[in-house]
Amino acid sequence: MSQANLEIRRISAHPGPVPGSGVKRDLKVAKLVDTTTCIGCKACEVACLEWNGLAFSDTTFQNSYQTMPETAWNFWNLIKFNEYEPESGNLMLLMRKDQCMHCEEPGCLIACPADGAIVQYVNGIVDFNQDQCIGCGYCITGCPFNIPKFSPTSRKVFKCTLCSDRVSEGLEPACIKACPTGCLHFGTKEEMLELGETRAHQLRTESGFAHAGVYNPEGVGGTHVLYVLHDATNPEAYGGLPKNPRVPWTVWLWKRPLKWLGNLAMAGGLIGMFVHYLRFGPKIVEEDDVKEGNEEPREGKQP
Amino acid sequence: MRDESHLLPNGRVLRYTFRERLMHWVAGFSYLYLLLTGLAFWSPWLYWLSVVCGGPTTSRELHPWVGVVFTLSVLWMYLIWAPQMHSTARDREWWRSLRYYIRNEDDKVPDEDRFNAGQKALFWGFLICGILLFLSGLVLWVPHWIPRSLAFLRLIAVIVHPVAALLTIALFMVHVYMGTAVERGAFSSIVRGDVSRKWAARFHRAWYEQIARGPAPRK
Repeated sequence: MSQANLEIRRISAHPGPVPGSGVKRDLKVAKLVDTTTCIGCKACEVACLEWNGLAFSDTTFQNSYQTMPETAWNFWNLIKFNEYEPESGNLMLLMRKDQCMHCEEPGCLIACPADGAIVQYVNGIVDFNQDQCIGCGYCITGCPFNIPKFSPTSRKVFKCTLCSDRVSEGLEPACIKACPTGCLHFGTKEEMLELGETRAHQLRTESGFAHAGVYNPEGVGGTHVLYVLHDATNPEAYGGLPKNPRVPWTVWLWKRPLKWLGNLAMAGGLIGMFVHYLRFGPKIVEEDDVKEGNEEPREGKQP
Repeated sequence: MRDESHLLPNGRVLRYTFRERLMHWVAGFSYLYLLLTGLAFWSPWLYWLSVVCGGPTTSRELHPWVGVVFTLSVLWMYLIWAPQMHSTARDREWWRSLRYYIRNEDDKVPDEDRFNAGQKALFWGFLICGILLFLSGLVLWVPHWIPRSLAFLRLIAVIVHPVAALLTIALFMVHVYMGTAVERGAFSSIVRGDVSRKWAARFHRAWYEQIARGPAPRK
Protein backbone atom coordinates (compact mmCIF):
# COMPACT_ATOMS: atom_id res chain seq x y z
CA MET A 1 0.00 0.00 0.00
CA SER A 2 1.09 3.53 -0.70
CA GLN A 3 2.84 5.31 2.13
CA ALA A 4 2.07 9.01 2.13
CA ASN A 5 5.19 9.91 4.10
CA LEU A 6 7.56 8.29 1.59
CA GLU A 7 8.57 10.54 -1.28
CA ILE A 8 7.35 9.25 -4.62
CA ARG A 9 9.77 9.19 -7.55
CA ARG A 10 7.73 7.50 -10.28
CA ILE A 11 4.02 6.85 -10.81
CA SER A 12 2.63 4.33 -13.29
CA ALA A 13 0.71 5.74 -16.29
CA HIS A 14 0.89 9.25 -14.88
CA PRO A 15 0.48 12.22 -17.23
CA GLY A 16 2.62 15.09 -16.07
CA PRO A 17 5.19 15.56 -13.36
CA VAL A 18 5.50 13.46 -10.21
CA PRO A 19 4.90 15.38 -6.96
CA GLY A 20 7.88 14.08 -4.98
CA SER A 21 10.40 13.86 -7.79
CA GLY A 22 13.54 15.79 -6.96
CA VAL A 23 11.97 17.53 -3.96
CA LYS A 24 13.44 15.83 -0.93
CA ARG A 25 16.52 13.77 -0.36
CA ASP A 26 16.11 10.21 0.80
CA LEU A 27 18.53 7.33 1.15
CA LYS A 28 18.23 4.39 -1.20
CA VAL A 29 17.42 1.32 0.84
CA ALA A 30 18.15 -2.32 0.14
CA LYS A 31 17.67 -5.74 1.61
CA LEU A 32 20.66 -8.09 1.54
CA VAL A 33 19.97 -11.83 1.48
CA ASP A 34 23.03 -13.95 2.20
CA THR A 35 22.01 -17.32 0.75
CA THR A 36 25.15 -18.91 2.23
CA THR A 37 23.93 -18.48 5.81
CA CYS A 38 20.23 -19.19 5.25
CA ILE A 39 19.11 -22.32 7.10
CA GLY A 40 15.65 -22.51 5.51
CA CYS A 41 13.76 -22.02 8.76
CA LYS A 42 11.03 -19.97 7.05
CA ALA A 43 10.74 -17.53 9.94
CA CYS A 44 10.69 -14.76 7.29
CA GLU A 45 7.72 -16.42 5.57
CA VAL A 46 5.75 -16.42 8.82
CA ALA A 47 6.82 -12.89 9.78
CA CYS A 48 5.66 -11.65 6.36
CA LEU A 49 2.22 -13.20 6.80
CA GLU A 50 1.98 -11.92 10.37
CA TRP A 51 2.97 -8.33 9.68
CA ASN A 52 0.90 -8.00 6.52
CA GLY A 53 -2.13 -9.70 8.06
CA LEU A 54 -2.29 -12.36 5.35
CA ALA A 55 -4.20 -15.58 5.92
CA PHE A 56 -2.33 -18.85 6.32
CA SER A 57 -2.86 -20.84 3.16
CA ASP A 58 -2.38 -24.53 2.35
CA THR A 59 1.12 -25.70 1.61
CA THR A 60 1.96 -27.83 -1.42
CA PHE A 61 4.25 -30.80 -0.93
CA GLN A 62 6.64 -31.30 -3.84
CA ASN A 63 9.32 -33.57 -2.41
CA SER A 64 11.16 -30.64 -0.91
CA TYR A 65 11.01 -28.33 2.08
CA GLN A 66 9.50 -25.60 -0.08
CA THR A 67 6.13 -24.27 1.13
CA MET A 68 4.59 -23.89 -2.34
CA PRO A 69 5.84 -23.79 -5.96
CA GLU A 70 5.96 -20.01 -6.24
CA THR A 71 4.87 -16.88 -4.38
CA ALA A 72 1.13 -16.20 -4.30
CA TRP A 73 -1.06 -13.10 -4.08
CA ASN A 74 -1.34 -13.74 -0.33
CA PHE A 75 2.15 -15.24 0.15
CA TRP A 76 4.82 -12.72 -0.82
CA ASN A 77 7.92 -14.27 0.69
CA LEU A 78 8.96 -17.83 -0.19
CA ILE A 79 12.17 -19.73 0.47
CA LYS A 80 13.03 -21.63 -2.70
CA PHE A 81 14.87 -24.89 -2.08
CA ASN A 82 17.02 -26.55 -4.69
CA GLU A 83 19.21 -29.65 -4.41
CA TYR A 84 22.21 -28.74 -6.52
CA GLU A 85 25.27 -30.74 -7.44
CA PRO A 86 28.15 -28.50 -8.49
CA GLU A 87 31.12 -29.74 -10.51
CA SER A 88 33.01 -30.41 -7.30
CA GLY A 89 30.45 -33.16 -6.60
CA ASN A 90 29.42 -32.00 -3.14
CA LEU A 91 25.61 -31.92 -2.96
CA MET A 92 24.35 -28.49 -1.89
CA LEU A 93 20.90 -27.55 -0.64
CA LEU A 94 20.51 -24.04 -2.02
CA MET A 95 17.96 -21.85 -0.29
CA ARG A 96 16.94 -18.46 -1.59
CA LYS A 97 14.35 -16.11 -0.15
CA ASP A 98 12.20 -15.22 -3.18
CA GLN A 99 10.23 -11.96 -3.14
CA CYS A 100 9.86 -8.76 -5.12
CA MET A 101 13.29 -7.50 -6.14
CA HIS A 102 12.25 -3.81 -6.15
CA CYS A 103 13.99 -3.07 -9.45
CA GLU A 104 15.44 0.34 -10.16
CA GLU A 105 13.84 -0.01 -13.63
CA PRO A 106 10.58 -1.79 -12.71
CA GLY A 107 8.93 -3.68 -15.59
CA CYS A 108 5.64 -3.78 -13.66
CA LEU A 109 5.48 0.00 -13.36
CA ILE A 110 6.46 0.52 -17.00
CA ALA A 111 3.76 -1.89 -18.20
CA CYS A 112 0.99 -0.60 -15.89
CA PRO A 113 -1.78 1.42 -17.61
CA ALA A 114 -3.52 2.57 -14.41
CA ASP A 115 -2.58 6.01 -13.09
CA GLY A 116 -1.07 5.62 -9.62
CA ALA A 117 -1.52 1.85 -9.30
CA ILE A 118 2.24 1.34 -9.01
CA VAL A 119 4.64 3.84 -7.47
CA GLN A 120 8.37 3.88 -6.93
CA TYR A 121 9.56 5.81 -3.91
CA VAL A 122 12.75 7.86 -3.85
CA ASN A 123 14.18 5.21 -1.50
CA GLY A 124 13.78 2.60 -4.27
CA ILE A 125 10.78 0.63 -2.97
CA VAL A 126 8.24 -0.30 -5.68
CA ASP A 127 4.73 -0.44 -4.24
CA PHE A 128 1.29 -1.44 -5.56
CA ASN A 129 -1.80 0.61 -4.72
CA GLN A 130 -4.63 -1.86 -4.94
CA ASP A 131 -7.24 0.94 -4.75
CA GLN A 132 -5.96 2.26 -8.09
CA CYS A 133 -5.28 -1.19 -9.63
CA ILE A 134 -7.66 -2.19 -12.42
CA GLY A 135 -6.59 -5.86 -12.43
CA CYS A 136 -5.36 -5.94 -16.03
CA GLY A 137 -2.29 -8.01 -15.17
CA TYR A 138 0.12 -6.10 -17.44
CA CYS A 139 2.52 -5.97 -14.46
CA ILE A 140 2.63 -9.79 -14.55
CA THR A 141 3.83 -9.52 -18.17
CA GLY A 142 6.30 -6.74 -17.39
CA CYS A 143 8.00 -8.48 -14.44
CA PRO A 144 11.12 -10.54 -15.26
CA PHE A 145 11.01 -12.22 -11.82
CA ASN A 146 7.44 -13.69 -11.86
CA ILE A 147 6.41 -11.73 -8.77
CA PRO A 148 3.07 -9.87 -9.16
CA LYS A 149 0.20 -12.27 -8.46
CA PHE A 150 -3.48 -11.81 -9.31
CA SER A 151 -6.05 -12.30 -6.57
CA PRO A 152 -9.18 -13.94 -8.02
CA THR A 153 -11.32 -12.70 -5.12
CA SER A 154 -10.43 -9.00 -5.21
CA ARG A 155 -9.34 -9.01 -8.90
CA LYS A 156 -6.27 -6.94 -7.95
CA VAL A 157 -2.58 -7.75 -8.05
CA PHE A 158 -0.42 -8.09 -4.91
CA LYS A 159 3.24 -8.48 -4.07
CA CYS A 160 5.89 -7.79 -1.43
CA THR A 161 5.90 -4.11 -0.33
CA LEU A 162 9.38 -4.31 1.21
CA CYS A 163 7.32 -3.37 4.30
CA SER A 164 7.09 0.22 3.02
CA ASP A 165 4.79 0.93 5.98
CA ARG A 166 7.52 -0.15 8.43
CA VAL A 167 10.35 1.46 6.45
CA SER A 168 8.49 4.78 6.36
CA GLU A 169 8.50 4.69 10.17
CA GLY A 170 12.20 3.91 10.35
CA LEU A 171 11.79 0.18 11.02
CA GLU A 172 13.34 -2.70 9.14
CA PRO A 173 11.10 -5.05 7.10
CA ALA A 174 9.34 -7.84 9.06
CA CYS A 175 11.34 -10.63 7.39
CA ILE A 176 14.63 -9.01 8.47
CA LYS A 177 13.37 -8.72 12.02
CA ALA A 178 12.53 -12.43 12.15
CA CYS A 179 15.73 -13.91 10.69
CA PRO A 180 17.55 -15.94 13.38
CA THR A 181 20.86 -16.44 11.57
CA GLY A 182 21.48 -12.87 10.48
CA CYS A 183 21.49 -13.84 6.84
CA LEU A 184 19.02 -11.01 6.18
CA HIS A 185 20.22 -7.43 6.42
CA PHE A 186 18.57 -4.10 5.78
CA GLY A 187 20.11 -0.68 5.31
CA THR A 188 21.12 1.76 2.63
CA LYS A 189 21.89 0.22 -0.71
CA GLU A 190 25.45 1.47 -0.49
CA GLU A 191 25.98 -0.25 2.86
CA MET A 192 24.33 -3.46 1.71
CA LEU A 193 26.47 -3.63 -1.43
CA GLU A 194 29.57 -3.12 0.66
CA LEU A 195 28.51 -5.75 3.18
CA GLY A 196 27.63 -8.18 0.39
CA GLU A 197 30.94 -7.66 -1.38
CA THR A 198 32.83 -8.18 1.87
CA ARG A 199 30.98 -11.44 2.45
CA ALA A 200 31.54 -12.54 -1.16
CA HIS A 201 35.24 -11.79 -0.82
CA GLN A 202 35.33 -13.86 2.36
CA LEU A 203 33.60 -16.76 0.56
CA ARG A 204 36.05 -16.56 -2.33
CA THR A 205 39.21 -16.36 -0.24
CA GLU A 206 38.38 -18.35 2.89
CA SER A 207 35.58 -20.79 2.02
CA GLY A 208 36.61 -22.04 -1.40
CA PHE A 209 33.67 -20.60 -3.36
CA ALA A 210 35.70 -19.16 -6.23
CA HIS A 211 32.67 -17.70 -8.02
CA ALA A 212 30.95 -16.19 -5.00
CA GLY A 213 29.46 -12.77 -5.69
CA VAL A 214 26.65 -10.29 -5.21
CA TYR A 215 23.52 -10.43 -7.38
CA ASN A 216 22.50 -6.89 -8.37
CA PRO A 217 21.41 -7.33 -12.01
CA GLU A 218 22.21 -4.39 -14.29
CA GLY A 219 19.56 -5.27 -16.88
CA VAL A 220 16.90 -3.76 -14.60
CA GLY A 221 19.17 -0.96 -13.38
CA GLY A 222 20.08 -2.86 -10.22
CA THR A 223 17.68 -4.06 -7.55
CA HIS A 224 16.85 -3.09 -3.99
CA VAL A 225 17.03 -6.72 -2.93
CA LEU A 226 20.57 -8.07 -3.20
CA TYR A 227 21.76 -11.65 -2.90
CA VAL A 228 25.10 -13.10 -1.89
CA LEU A 229 25.46 -16.30 -3.93
CA HIS A 230 28.04 -19.08 -3.55
CA ASP A 231 28.18 -19.14 -7.35
CA ALA A 232 27.19 -15.83 -8.90
CA THR A 233 27.81 -17.24 -12.39
CA ASN A 234 24.86 -19.64 -12.03
CA PRO A 235 21.96 -17.76 -10.41
CA GLU A 236 19.43 -20.08 -12.13
CA ALA A 237 20.41 -22.82 -9.67
CA TYR A 238 18.85 -20.76 -6.88
CA GLY A 239 15.24 -21.57 -7.72
CA GLY A 240 15.31 -19.98 -11.16
CA LEU A 241 16.86 -16.58 -10.45
CA PRO A 242 17.31 -15.10 -13.96
CA LYS A 243 20.89 -14.55 -15.06
CA ASN A 244 20.27 -11.32 -16.95
CA PRO A 245 16.77 -10.06 -16.14
CA ARG A 246 15.41 -7.19 -18.24
CA VAL A 247 12.13 -5.49 -18.85
CA PRO A 248 10.83 -7.67 -21.74
CA TRP A 249 11.75 -6.06 -25.07
CA THR A 250 8.18 -6.30 -26.39
CA VAL A 251 6.97 -4.34 -23.34
CA TRP A 252 9.64 -1.73 -24.02
CA LEU A 253 8.73 -1.61 -27.73
CA TRP A 254 5.04 -1.23 -26.88
CA LYS A 255 5.45 1.45 -24.21
CA ARG A 256 8.11 3.58 -25.88
CA PRO A 257 8.48 3.70 -29.72
CA LEU A 258 5.11 2.17 -30.61
CA LYS A 259 3.23 4.50 -28.29
CA TRP A 260 4.83 7.60 -29.75
CA LEU A 261 4.52 6.42 -33.35
CA GLY A 262 0.88 5.53 -32.74
CA ASN A 263 0.08 8.85 -31.10
CA LEU A 264 1.79 10.76 -33.93
CA ALA A 265 -0.07 8.70 -36.53
CA MET A 266 -3.44 9.27 -34.87
CA ALA A 267 -2.87 13.01 -34.46
CA GLY A 268 -1.51 13.22 -38.02
CA GLY A 269 -4.55 11.36 -39.32
CA LEU A 270 -6.97 13.76 -37.63
CA ILE A 271 -5.08 16.81 -38.91
CA GLY A 272 -4.79 15.26 -42.38
CA MET A 273 -8.53 14.65 -42.61
CA PHE A 274 -9.31 18.18 -41.47
CA VAL A 275 -6.94 19.68 -44.03
CA HIS A 276 -8.38 17.39 -46.71
CA TYR A 277 -11.86 18.66 -45.90
CA LEU A 278 -10.72 22.28 -46.08
CA ARG A 279 -9.02 21.68 -49.42
CA PHE A 280 -11.44 19.33 -51.20
CA GLY A 281 -14.62 19.26 -49.12
CA PRO A 282 -17.48 16.84 -49.59
CA LYS A 283 -18.47 14.89 -52.69
CA ILE A 284 -21.70 16.66 -53.59
CA VAL A 285 -24.77 14.95 -55.05
CA GLU A 286 -27.31 17.35 -56.51
CA GLU A 287 -30.44 16.08 -54.82
CA ASP A 288 -33.32 17.12 -57.04
CA ASP A 289 -34.85 13.68 -57.14
CA VAL A 290 -36.65 14.20 -53.84
CA LYS A 291 -39.35 15.88 -55.87
CA GLU A 292 -38.92 13.98 -59.10
CA GLY A 293 -38.42 10.66 -57.46
CA ASN A 294 -38.80 8.34 -60.43
CA GLU A 295 -36.70 10.30 -62.82
CA GLU A 296 -33.63 8.50 -64.06
CA PRO A 297 -30.45 10.42 -63.46
CA ARG A 298 -29.44 11.83 -66.80
CA GLU A 299 -25.92 12.98 -66.48
CA GLY A 300 -23.03 10.89 -65.43
CA LYS A 301 -20.98 11.64 -62.38
CA GLN A 302 -20.61 15.19 -61.33
CA PRO A 303 -17.10 16.21 -60.52
CA MET B 1 -25.34 -14.28 -49.26
CA ARG B 2 -26.66 -12.49 -52.30
CA ASP B 3 -27.06 -8.77 -52.61
CA GLU B 4 -30.63 -7.94 -51.58
CA SER B 5 -30.53 -4.29 -52.55
CA HIS B 6 -33.20 -3.18 -55.02
CA LEU B 7 -35.34 -0.29 -56.22
CA LEU B 8 -37.99 0.81 -53.76
CA PRO B 9 -41.55 1.73 -54.83
CA ASN B 10 -40.97 5.34 -53.78
CA GLY B 11 -38.23 5.69 -56.36
CA ARG B 12 -35.35 5.39 -53.96
CA VAL B 13 -32.87 2.54 -53.78
CA LEU B 14 -32.55 0.13 -50.87
CA ARG B 15 -28.83 0.05 -50.21
CA TYR B 16 -28.61 -1.76 -46.86
CA THR B 17 -31.20 -4.24 -45.59
CA PHE B 18 -32.35 -4.08 -41.98
CA ARG B 19 -30.11 -7.03 -41.13
CA GLU B 20 -27.07 -5.33 -42.63
CA ARG B 21 -27.80 -2.10 -40.76
CA LEU B 22 -28.28 -3.92 -37.46
CA MET B 23 -25.06 -5.84 -38.02
CA HIS B 24 -23.15 -2.67 -38.85
CA TRP B 25 -24.29 -0.92 -35.69
CA VAL B 26 -23.63 -3.84 -33.38
CA ALA B 27 -20.10 -3.76 -34.75
CA GLY B 28 -20.03 0.06 -34.67
CA PHE B 29 -21.16 0.60 -31.09
CA SER B 30 -19.08 -2.27 -29.70
CA TYR B 31 -16.05 -0.92 -31.60
CA LEU B 32 -16.66 2.54 -30.18
CA TYR B 33 -16.62 1.22 -26.61
CA LEU B 34 -13.51 -0.84 -27.34
CA LEU B 35 -11.84 2.19 -28.91
CA LEU B 36 -12.53 4.52 -25.99
CA THR B 37 -11.57 2.05 -23.26
CA GLY B 38 -8.62 0.82 -25.32
CA LEU B 39 -7.30 4.36 -25.79
CA ALA B 40 -7.68 4.90 -22.04
CA PHE B 41 -5.35 1.95 -21.38
CA TRP B 42 -3.09 2.99 -24.27
CA SER B 43 -2.05 6.41 -23.04
CA PRO B 44 -1.97 8.12 -19.63
CA TRP B 45 -3.18 11.26 -21.40
CA LEU B 46 -6.38 9.47 -22.37
CA TYR B 47 -6.95 7.55 -19.12
CA TRP B 48 -9.90 9.87 -18.37
CA LEU B 49 -11.79 8.16 -21.21
CA SER B 50 -12.16 5.12 -18.95
CA VAL B 51 -14.03 7.34 -16.48
CA VAL B 52 -16.75 8.10 -19.01
CA CYS B 53 -16.87 4.38 -19.93
CA GLY B 54 -17.86 3.31 -16.44
CA GLY B 55 -14.63 3.78 -14.49
CA PRO B 56 -11.19 2.26 -14.98
CA THR B 57 -11.93 -1.09 -13.31
CA THR B 58 -15.30 -1.46 -15.02
CA SER B 59 -13.67 -0.60 -18.34
CA ARG B 60 -11.09 -3.33 -17.80
CA GLU B 61 -13.83 -5.84 -16.92
CA LEU B 62 -16.15 -4.93 -19.81
CA HIS B 63 -13.55 -4.39 -22.57
CA PRO B 64 -13.01 -8.16 -23.17
CA TRP B 65 -16.73 -8.96 -23.11
CA VAL B 66 -17.50 -6.17 -25.57
CA GLY B 67 -14.58 -7.52 -27.57
CA VAL B 68 -16.41 -10.84 -27.86
CA VAL B 69 -19.51 -9.01 -29.13
CA PHE B 70 -17.37 -7.13 -31.66
CA THR B 71 -15.65 -10.32 -32.83
CA LEU B 72 -19.02 -12.05 -33.34
CA SER B 73 -20.34 -9.04 -35.29
CA VAL B 74 -17.24 -9.09 -37.51
CA LEU B 75 -17.77 -12.81 -38.19
CA TRP B 76 -21.44 -12.11 -38.94
CA MET B 77 -20.27 -9.41 -41.35
CA TYR B 78 -17.94 -11.92 -42.96
CA LEU B 79 -20.79 -14.38 -43.54
CA ILE B 80 -23.01 -11.73 -45.12
CA TRP B 81 -20.57 -9.52 -47.01
CA ALA B 82 -17.53 -11.61 -47.91
CA PRO B 83 -18.93 -12.80 -51.30
CA GLN B 84 -19.31 -9.14 -52.37
CA MET B 85 -15.84 -8.16 -51.21
CA HIS B 86 -13.64 -10.02 -53.69
CA SER B 87 -11.19 -7.82 -55.49
CA THR B 88 -11.87 -7.31 -59.20
CA ALA B 89 -9.97 -5.85 -62.14
CA ARG B 90 -12.05 -2.71 -61.72
CA ASP B 91 -10.89 -2.44 -58.10
CA ARG B 92 -7.26 -2.56 -59.15
CA GLU B 93 -8.01 0.22 -61.61
CA TRP B 94 -9.74 2.12 -58.79
CA TRP B 95 -6.60 1.97 -56.65
CA ARG B 96 -4.57 3.32 -59.56
CA SER B 97 -6.92 6.31 -59.79
CA LEU B 98 -6.99 6.83 -56.02
CA ARG B 99 -5.51 10.30 -56.29
CA TYR B 100 -8.47 11.43 -58.38
CA TYR B 101 -10.86 9.96 -55.83
CA ILE B 102 -9.06 11.83 -53.04
CA ARG B 103 -9.29 15.10 -55.01
CA ASN B 104 -13.01 14.54 -55.63
CA GLU B 105 -12.33 14.24 -59.39
CA ASP B 106 -14.65 11.25 -59.48
CA ASP B 107 -15.25 11.41 -63.24
CA LYS B 108 -11.73 9.98 -63.64
CA VAL B 109 -12.50 7.09 -61.29
CA PRO B 110 -13.87 3.81 -62.67
CA ASP B 111 -17.51 2.97 -61.98
CA GLU B 112 -17.86 1.47 -58.55
CA ASP B 113 -19.70 -1.70 -57.62
CA ARG B 114 -21.89 -2.02 -54.52
CA PHE B 115 -18.70 -1.65 -52.49
CA ASN B 116 -15.78 0.25 -53.93
CA ALA B 117 -12.20 -0.98 -53.57
CA GLY B 118 -11.65 1.21 -50.52
CA GLN B 119 -14.65 -0.26 -48.74
CA LYS B 120 -13.42 -3.74 -49.58
CA ALA B 121 -10.04 -2.92 -48.06
CA LEU B 122 -11.84 -1.65 -44.96
CA PHE B 123 -13.75 -4.92 -44.71
CA TRP B 124 -10.71 -7.18 -45.05
CA GLY B 125 -8.62 -4.95 -42.81
CA PHE B 126 -11.18 -5.09 -40.03
CA LEU B 127 -11.60 -8.84 -40.47
CA ILE B 128 -7.88 -9.62 -40.24
CA CYS B 129 -7.22 -7.12 -37.44
CA GLY B 130 -10.37 -8.31 -35.66
CA ILE B 131 -9.06 -11.88 -35.61
CA LEU B 132 -5.64 -10.70 -34.38
CA LEU B 133 -7.25 -8.53 -31.72
CA PHE B 134 -9.45 -11.40 -30.58
CA LEU B 135 -6.59 -13.90 -30.30
CA SER B 136 -4.21 -11.51 -28.52
CA GLY B 137 -7.12 -10.21 -26.45
CA LEU B 138 -7.83 -13.71 -25.14
CA VAL B 139 -4.29 -13.83 -23.74
CA LEU B 140 -4.56 -10.33 -22.26
CA TRP B 141 -7.98 -11.13 -20.77
CA VAL B 142 -6.56 -13.68 -18.33
CA PRO B 143 -2.77 -13.16 -18.20
CA HIS B 144 -2.65 -14.88 -14.78
CA TRP B 145 -3.90 -18.10 -16.35
CA ILE B 146 -0.99 -18.23 -18.79
CA PRO B 147 1.65 -20.53 -17.27
CA ARG B 148 5.20 -19.24 -16.95
CA SER B 149 6.33 -21.69 -19.66
CA LEU B 150 3.98 -19.95 -22.13
CA ALA B 151 4.92 -16.42 -21.03
CA PHE B 152 5.98 -15.64 -24.61
CA LEU B 153 2.27 -15.57 -25.51
CA ARG B 154 1.80 -12.57 -23.23
CA LEU B 155 4.88 -10.89 -24.68
CA ILE B 156 3.56 -11.37 -28.23
CA ALA B 157 0.06 -10.25 -27.25
CA VAL B 158 1.17 -6.91 -25.80
CA ILE B 159 2.61 -6.02 -29.23
CA VAL B 160 0.01 -7.61 -31.52
CA HIS B 161 -2.97 -6.09 -29.70
CA PRO B 162 -1.92 -2.41 -29.97
CA VAL B 163 -0.51 -2.77 -33.50
CA ALA B 164 -3.73 -4.36 -34.79
CA ALA B 165 -5.76 -1.77 -32.86
CA LEU B 166 -3.80 1.11 -34.41
CA LEU B 167 -4.44 -0.33 -37.88
CA THR B 168 -8.18 -0.49 -37.19
CA ILE B 169 -8.06 3.08 -35.87
CA ALA B 170 -6.57 4.21 -39.19
CA LEU B 171 -9.32 2.34 -41.06
CA PHE B 172 -11.96 3.62 -38.65
CA MET B 173 -10.95 7.26 -38.98
CA VAL B 174 -11.05 7.15 -42.78
CA HIS B 175 -14.34 5.19 -42.66
CA VAL B 176 -16.09 7.70 -40.36
CA TYR B 177 -14.69 10.68 -42.25
CA MET B 178 -15.80 9.30 -45.63
CA GLY B 179 -19.16 8.13 -44.33
CA THR B 180 -20.17 11.32 -42.58
CA ALA B 181 -18.26 14.32 -43.91
CA VAL B 182 -17.32 13.45 -47.49
CA GLU B 183 -20.01 11.23 -48.98
CA ARG B 184 -23.13 13.09 -47.96
CA GLY B 185 -26.02 10.61 -47.73
CA ALA B 186 -23.84 7.64 -46.82
CA PHE B 187 -24.54 8.02 -43.10
CA SER B 188 -28.32 8.06 -43.55
CA SER B 189 -28.04 5.02 -45.83
CA ILE B 190 -26.54 2.91 -43.04
CA VAL B 191 -29.20 4.22 -40.63
CA ARG B 192 -32.37 4.19 -42.74
CA GLY B 193 -31.14 1.89 -45.51
CA ASP B 194 -32.14 3.84 -48.60
CA VAL B 195 -30.40 6.28 -50.94
CA SER B 196 -31.57 8.40 -53.83
CA ARG B 197 -31.06 7.17 -57.37
CA LYS B 198 -28.67 10.02 -57.98
CA TRP B 199 -26.64 9.08 -54.94
CA ALA B 200 -26.47 5.47 -56.12
CA ALA B 201 -25.43 6.51 -59.60
CA ARG B 202 -22.93 8.99 -58.24
CA PHE B 203 -21.04 6.69 -55.90
CA HIS B 204 -21.79 3.13 -57.04
CA ARG B 205 -22.70 3.41 -60.68
CA ALA B 206 -21.99 -0.18 -61.67
CA TRP B 207 -24.16 -1.42 -58.80
CA TYR B 208 -26.93 1.07 -59.61
CA GLU B 209 -27.05 0.13 -63.27
CA GLN B 210 -27.27 -3.50 -62.36
CA ILE B 211 -30.25 -3.09 -60.04
CA ALA B 212 -31.91 -0.47 -62.26
CA ARG B 213 -32.26 -3.06 -65.01
CA GLY B 214 -32.67 -5.98 -62.64
CA PRO B 215 -35.87 -7.88 -61.78
CA ALA B 216 -38.76 -6.13 -60.11
CA PRO B 217 -38.75 -6.03 -56.31
CA ARG B 218 -40.28 -9.05 -54.67
CA LYS B 219 -42.74 -7.17 -52.50
